[in-house]
Amino acid sequence: MIRRPRLLLFLIGLALLASARLAGAAEDATERELEKYRQMLKADPWSNPGMLDADRGEALWGERRGPNNASLEACDLGKGPGKVEGAFAELPRYFADADRVMDLESRLVWCMEKLQGFERSGLVARPYSKANQTGTELEALTTFVASKSNGATFAPSLQHPKERAALALGEALFFRRQGPLDFACATCHGDSGKRIRLQNLPYLSKPEEARVVVGEWPAYRVSQGTVMTPQHRIADCYWQMRLPLIDYGSDVTVALTAYLVNQAKGGAITAPGLKR
Amino acid sequence: MRTLLVGVGIAGVAIASALAQDGLDRASLDKAITDSWRRVAPDWAQRLSQDETQAVCSLYRNNPPEAVAATIQARAQASIKYPADGKLMGDWRKGEKLAQSGYGMRFTDYPPRAENGGNCFACHQLDPKELSYGTLGPTLAAYGKDRKFAPAEVKAVYERIYNPQAAHACANMPRMGANGFLSLEQIADLTAYVMSPESPVNK
Repeated sequence: MIRRPRLLLFLIGLALLASARLAGAAEDATERELEKYRQMLKADPWSNPGMLDADRGEALWGERRGPNNASLEACDLGKGPGKVEGAFAELPRYFADADRVMDLESRLVWCMEKLQGFERSGLVARPYSKANQTGTELEALTTFVASKSNGATFAPSLQHPKERAALALGEALFFRRQGPLDFACATCHGDSGKRIRLQNLPYLSKPEEARVVVGEWPAYRVSQGTVMTPQHRIADCYWQMRLPLIDYGSDVTVALTAYLVNQAKGGAITAPGLKR
Repeated sequence: MRTLLVGVGIAGVAIASALAQDGLDRASLDKAITDSWRRVAPDWAQRLSQDETQAVCSLYRNNPPEAVAATIQARAQASIKYPADGKLMGDWRKGEKLAQSGYGMRFTDYPPRAENGGNCFACHQLDPKELSYGTLGPTLAAYGKDRKFAPAEVKAVYERIYNPQAAHACANMPRMGANGFLSLEQIADLTAYVMSPESPVNK
């Protein structure tokens, strides 16, 4: 898959830089090198290791699996059964069959449960891979579907009352302070030009900044050697906020995704992105 | 206790009406929270709810009206406890280690393998030789020197770390002392790191 050894070597160097977690100038250098690599990827997108997960996800999508020996090709991601192209750009959205607003990941779980007959509890028990492990099935499927909206821009629907309710919930959650350190999402992502240590922080309530970063997830993380999905990204923030592990595909994570995608409306999808 | 309950009641009403304007009622917000963390150990459940200060600051997005701000500040001031020996400055070397450490109270931090850290460098510049510092808070380089190491300023720094909302309602900075994240001794060590003439912060 990776056809250019030069890019691969570059990436290994990056991973070393990032995983060393060196203080000071080295962290800054990692970010600069990442940006260089992102530019190279525009010419050769298949050099992104996250595309391996997208590939695996595509195979999983078409494979007959589970107690029902069914593929996911009848899965309706919002644009009709089996229609994958552009679906991620319009998620989260309301699904009448579930009577719920769902993001890509909660919808994938729904389809794996309803079409393939998998037990929901088993699907959501371990949705995230650990560092340097092969991505989980959900990570691979998420990366595959998201990558099929590459080049599209976020166009979330607010037609259904539950879609508007999810957005309102997401906005309230974004500013909700809780836990032993009083953190809200807005504590770190509520202003422009701020950083934690040397890590730049996007101001996610500002559309100009949200449009740049939201479409980069799911992303391949060079320090972890794995793909990180939007659900995982939000769960990781809550971990840092000293809250318990949040449920995969929960109402809270879906509502926050709705808030972020609505802030990023019109922003391009470039998934899988490449992150520290 | 009664005053506290009345206060919580008033804040509750205010929050309910503000959320209603967004088409979101308090009950659906609370339900979303409990539905989204279904496997929470009993001793963690409290982290999912808010105390009155958190609730009011969330409601006003950290910009409360004057009267509300005064209430928050008075409550914060009353929360501050001081070391029994009255010494507000501890060991700046210990303070430096605490300022570098972001350890503590994440669910991967149990059972504890180290003491909780203050993580000051995540948001502040302190020792100018440390290049990896954040900018969410103001720079504190030479903070003590610039204030001539005045005792009143030492007390202000101690209080600022213990509960920053005494000086500034709904400050972004965590209430490290009031929330029980750092001990009185740790806060005194951090105060020394910021205010001691020997500390690299002031060199």
